Amino acid sequence: MSAAELIHGAAVELDQPLFSVHDLTRLYGPEKGCQGVSFDLYPGEVLGIVGESGSGKSTLLSLLSGRCAPDRGQVSYRGKDGAMLDLYAASEAQRRTLLRTEWGFVEQNPRDGLRMGVSAGANIGERLMAQGVRHYGQLRAAGIDWLQQVEIDPMRIDDLPRTFSGGMQQRLQIARNLVSSPRLVFMDEPTGGLDVSVQARLLDLLRGLVRDLDLAVVIVTHDLAVARLLADRLMVMRRSHVVEAGLTDQILDDPQHPYSQLLVSSVLQP
Amino acid sequence: MNGLNPNAASQAAGALESGYNFAYLDEQTKRMIRRGLLKAVAVPGYQVPFGGREMPLPYGWGTGGMQLSAAILGADDVLKVIDQGADDTTNAVSIRRFFARTAGVATTTRTPEATVIQTRHRIPETPLHGEQILVFQVPIPEPLRFIEPSETETRTMHALGDYGVMHVKLYEDIATFGHIATSYAYPVTVDERYVMDPSPIPKFDNPKLHMSPALMLFGAGREKRLYAVPPFTEVVSLDFADHPFAVQRWEENCAFCGSHDSYLDELIVDDAGSKRFVCSDTDYCMQRREPFEPQQEVGQ
Amino acid sequence: MYVAVKGGERAIDNAHLLLAKMRRGDTSIPELTVEQVRQQMPLAVARVMSEGSLYDSELAALAIKQAAGDLMEAIFLLRAYRTTLPRFGSSLPLDTTQMLLSRRISATFKDLPGGQLLGPTFDYTHRLLDFALLAEGEHPGPQVDATAQLESCPRVLDLLAAEGLLARERPSAAEVPDMTREPLDFPTSRAQRLQALARGDEGFLLALGYSTQRGYGRNHPFAGEIRIGEVEVWIEPEELGFAVPLGDIEITECEMVNQFVGGKGIEPQFTRGYGLAFGYAERKAMGMALVDRSLRAGEYAEEVEGPAQQEEFVLMHCDNVEAAGFVSHLKLPHYVDFQSELELIRKLRKQAEAPMQAAAQENRA
Repeated sequence: MSAAELIHGAAVELDQPLFSVHDLTRLYGPEKGCQGVSFDLYPGEVLGIVGESGSGKSTLLSLLSGRCAPDRGQVSYRGKDGAMLDLYAASEAQRRTLLRTEWGFVEQNPRDGLRMGVSAGANIGERLMAQGVRHYGQLRAAGIDWLQQVEIDPMRIDDLPRTFSGGMQQRLQIARNLVSSPRLVFMDEPTGGLDVSVQARLLDLLRGLVRDLDLAVVIVTHDLAVARLLADRLMVMRRSHVVEAGLTDQILDDPQHPYSQLLVSSVLQP
Repeated sequence: MNGLNPNAASQAAGALESGYNFAYLDEQTKRMIRRGLLKAVAVPGYQVPFGGREMPLPYGWGTGGMQLSAAILGADDVLKVIDQGADDTTNAVSIRRFFARTAGVATTTRTPEATVIQTRHRIPETPLHGEQILVFQVPIPEPLRFIEPSETETRTMHALGDYGVMHVKLYEDIATFGHIATSYAYPVTVDERYVMDPSPIPKFDNPKLHMSPALMLFGAGREKRLYAVPPFTEVVSLDFADHPFAVQRWEENCAFCGSHDSYLDELIVDDAGSKRFVCSDTDYCMQRREPFEPQQEVGQ
Repeated sequence: MYVAVKGGERAIDNAHLLLAKMRRGDTSIPELTVEQVRQQMPLAVARVMSEGSLYDSELAALAIKQAAGDLMEAIFLLRAYRTTLPRFGSSLPLDTTQMLLSRRISATFKDLPGGQLLGPTFDYTHRLLDFALLAEGEHPGPQVDATAQLESCPRVLDLLAAEGLLARERPSAAEVPDMTREPLDFPTSRAQRLQALARGDEGFLLALGYSTQRGYGRNHPFAGEIRIGEVEVWIEPEELGFAVPLGDIEITECEMVNQFVGGKGIEPQFTRGYGLAFGYAERKAMGMALVDRSLRAGEYAEEVEGPAQQEEFVLMHCDNVEAAGFVSHLKLPHYVDFQSELELIRKLRKQAEAPMQAAAQENRA
């Protein structure tokens, strides 16, 4: 294979979506849940899903991450090896492996995403151990490195997460997810439970990490400021439907759908 | 018979119980257990659910081990039963007496002479040979239980080989204490596949599981699970490359036989708290002291 | 002294003799007969039969006598005996509408076909010690109307079901599972759950049922109907091809009516929790019915928030023979494991002391 072919191959790879969603639907009742959602996500791209509570954002996120099965629709993911994986046809083993290697999931409440009974270092090291790292020294080094990356004092490596503030817990959860160098991370209102000043710092950190690591992200938020800061593209959800989708700036500066207009006008512009 | 073995006389006097099938369990139940055992041997370290029966001993007192022993005992077998390494602890006496009565099999305290050894918490110091079967009594067969209480979830974790969390516990030990702080029921990987609880034997005994010529069977009566390590199977204790698995060592020697490489029990011998250390394996200790005296006893 | 710390056969034999002596008590007092226990402690006998899973009042009374009144021990004795018995089939479903009732109450309807029948009950007794019982004497029953006729007594919940207000229970043609032959496999079927609960510890089920009333998985129960009486057991032997009656057994049946707001495509309606026990065992049947309903949380897509709704938790811990065995095994020697822990603690302490001693020496230097 020539160098030109290699480069060409890599370019093709970037051209192709990492994550492809078609007609995803799961309803609990009329207009409860989500329906008819389709989109493509490319490597390194951040997609924001916005809408008020009950609009179906969280259901969609659970479906996308394979935590629950849809009534209909498909999700496919292009793995590191280049092969396409049909998420719902995949085995439970494949999904679990994905969720602890190439994917990450940042919960709104860090308590749901952390192992509260073990130290910060063990929290960060867990994914590596699941992947077969059997060297304590290496786990330790990774723990210290990632604590620094998420701006937590490495001296706290042996402390339990419950001794951490809410913002620190959320940063620890992010480190725990990113240690395995995932390519796609799902985030459910990651700044939801935090004070405004803490939120700003976390957003700053997240933005830096997403750029540096070239992460693809699907982030659910009701906070348009968060969406503006992090997302390249937005989907606006209302009563289980996507009512508008497009580039973030476009939607926030020139919303077309009446609901998007309402949503944008109800928030103070930055 | 000799004075050093207080059980010998009454053991011989135990009459064979009538009105029960050979070794207590009915043949159908034994066949069901044997089928489970075959599966267990075929899938080393995998916990096979079985229709455990109520035994006339309480759950937790060795009913799992007894059911396996009952299923494999034949009339020609020579049975040894130990608890904490000793043949003369109350529960070992009680279980040995049970089989002497219900099966009329010969019993022994000498490890090399036994064909079936039922044990609680120890593996004999004397190396086992290929003609022997070791039957372990198991209280909690699930090595993941204290991390994940749900059976549905732990079975999935085994099926998917999702064992990272086992090392989280070891990591935490080292971070907190500088050592892996699990000293008994130390988890092992069997045949590079299943993580298994070796029953609450001290980790001192774990290396004896590895490539053992004897078949090892594990029975948990209350939890209704059985599992096995077939002869010459690889059994590796979980550890880290830079914190390798290591067994306990004593600074003292056995006060009776002078052994410095067997597992020692600590005795407090006076009100001032003075201590003596003696072998936990009573037969091993006896053999070292009187290597030439024959000790076989007969149950009927 | 080494041997002295261990037990032995003689110790066991002596323990048995001492136990026999304790059970017999003062030999100048006449010995209790099994028939006396059977006749005069029917509620203890009922509990031992239910949780021992064997309907034989004489053997249950014998077990109570042999266990010196320790009911859990008696249950264990009966279970250990039961396990040796051959199994020759399962009965047809009991038709409790055809019960010969000694008690029947409903808390949901003031009057109903067949009426309310208070029957023998501790309810409405004032719990005052009756010193008259210290003396022996005759205790005649009430007057009986010899001309009274049996009335038909349809089940209360069937009346609700006929109106469509109660979730229908579908009869299952599947073979009856036997949890004493096949270990429970989660998630379990309702038949397996009911079997486990029927054998389950009365106190445990009572406490769990109580916890649902206090808000840990609340499901708004009403005692729809409790009926106690004799019911005929029928069996259909394969070689015969038709059913024959085996005899009568006394049972207590409890059906709880529980509110259900509907959802997930199901209309609002009442749901049912079911309890059944051998003999006169109202508390057991009620506890069981509450827990049966709370374990149906999954079926009705309810949030699982209380311990009584967690199938594995309830079913794996409700058996008192298993629980008593495993708790009591703590009395067995654990020298070896304890030695391991001793060694570990000493090692860790030595390690912690070493830097402190080093520091102390440095200070002195």
